[in-house]
Amino acid sequence: MVSLDEKQQKGRRKGFSSQEMKEMLSGYLYISPFFIIFAIIGLYPAIFSLILAFQKWNGMGEMEFVGLSNFKVILSDPLFWKSVYNTIILGLMGTAPQLVIGLILAFLLNLSYLRFKAFFRVTIFMPYITSMVAVALVFSVFFSNNETALVNYIIGLFGFDPVSWKTSEWGAKIAIATMVFWRWLGYNTIIYLAGMQSIPKELYEASKIDGASIFQQLRYITIPLLKPFILLTVFFSTVGAMQLFTEPTVFLGNTAFSRDEAMTVVMYLYRDAFRLSSFGTASAAAIVLLLFIVVASAFNMMLTKRLGNDRRET
Amino acid sequence: MKGDVGTKKWGIGRLGMYLFLTVISLFSLFPFYWMFVMSTRHSSAYNSIPPAMVPGDQLKENFQKVLDMIPFFQSMLNTLIVCLTVTIVVLLISSLAGFAFSKLKFPGKNILFFAILFTIIIPPQLGLIPQYLLVAKAGLLDNLFAAMVLFFLNPLGIFLMRQYVSESVPDELIEAARLDGCSIFRIYRSIVLPIILPAFATLGIIVFTSVWGEFLWQFTVLRDPESYTIQVALASLNNTHKVDFGMLLSGVFWATIPLLIVFLLFNKLFISSIAEGSVK
Repeated sequence: MVSLDEKQQKGRRKGFSSQEMKEMLSGYLYISPFFIIFAIIGLYPAIFSLILAFQKWNGMGEMEFVGLSNFKVILSDPLFWKSVYNTIILGLMGTAPQLVIGLILAFLLNLSYLRFKAFFRVTIFMPYITSMVAVALVFSVFFSNNETALVNYIIGLFGFDPVSWKTSEWGAKIAIATMVFWRWLGYNTIIYLAGMQSIPKELYEASKIDGASIFQQLRYITIPLLKPFILLTVFFSTVGAMQLFTEPTVFLGNTAFSRDEAMTVVMYLYRDAFRLSSFGTASAAAIVLLLFIVVASAFNMMLTKRLGNDRRET
Repeated sequence: MKGDVGTKKWGIGRLGMYLFLTVISLFSLFPFYWMFVMSTRHSSAYNSIPPAMVPGDQLKENFQKVLDMIPFFQSMLNTLIVCLTVTIVVLLISSLAGFAFSKLKFPGKNILFFAILFTIIIPPQLGLIPQYLLVAKAGLLDNLFAAMVLFFLNPLGIFLMRQYVSESVPDELIEAARLDGCSIFRIYRSIVLPIILPAFATLGIIVFTSVWGEFLWQFTVLRDPESYTIQVALASLNNTHKVDFGMLLSGVFWATIPLLIVFLLFNKLFISSIAEGSVK
């Protein structure tokens, strides 16, 4: 077969043969559906959002250019900053434990002598199959404000007073972080497990001969070699956490947009747009959110990268 | 690797390990069991101390209450239509584009491919408002087509298909077919398609499960209960002041069961597909 470069050079010298033309046209034709759909429902809305962020508009009348005033409005709105704070705290509470425990679980599931492997893998992964709405509803009953709610009953056994999970600052956050943890733990475990299976077994055997303990193996072999996979999950989790919407909205039900304990940035922008018909400020919030996502994922990726390096050097 | 945890076969370390895995497994399973229990109990069971842990006799009654609240079967059907259509469209778009990016030669190929990958980082909320306005203007609110159209865009699908075609379809095979005078579409249909069918299963599972659980977009464009997908319908059950928990969890239980059964039957394929889709 003629290599790509040679063929392109030939094309440039002599013009394209009719067969090459056909191939080119087919190529563009086959990739065109994505680009056509993207232009309509991806690119155009993104650009329109950028424009809207500088307009005052309630969705019906004329748009009015207002410069940066939408950004001023949201950046001076305490509720916006509360939603940023909530999003970050919920992100940390929901994802950090999940990644650490997922790593430990994957390590155990990867041990060659572990029994009932298939059973553990299926049960731990099962929550991922339930929808976020279903999870939020089940947990909204676990964590209801009721004194007899299951979680209140359980903490009562340990001598704690019942908590108003849906209407208290930390109650709502703990409940939401728990459901995020429950649903995504298995998913991250499976990704780590896939990564661990690509680490050669000989490394563990050699380290055992050198007298390494299981924790040393985890620290000096597994974690450094798993770094690409850890970066991947950290990236997914960060982006997902910054976009948190379904869990708090469904968990809180009819009070979702009227209380601030669990309002996230996406809920804030949804409320601006679809409850208050303030499309300009909502679009401004969407753009600020985009910046946050970029900064947060860059920051977390840097942190994760460094973590791996430190471990390898010590 | 024998004896890594504790030196004895059933040393304390190994026992702890199984204990830990069992606790996590129970934690994962409990909500499933409990939603089943509650879907069979009268709401009053919820106030009992200690909490009800065994099934009751209200299975039918609770589900009847769900049917009184939401068009359950219609919503399930809507979800099924949305998921199947999106899956088929994504498989078609991705396999055609994956084939083109992997085997055809055309100027700008690499730039265009990276452009597709780049769209992954655009968060879906950025365009939410204009997308809604677009749908409203086209008169497609409450229309299932609106509920699916956003998910036709699947850059990851194109990426996966390109990988798969590159790895599993030999260039020689395509060259031979070309010499035999096969048209390019014929090559796609008769040579590439049969080889990449396993990848259809992988991508199909990923797309189907993710669209099944989709909420924000459908919550935004579907306002008429008859057009609800099951997730929007379920969420609406919790949107009243006083919620009947038995009814609520009955709805959740029956909406969760179908996909759960499919998952349990094909769990190996599910887990490997979702891992592969993320890791590639």
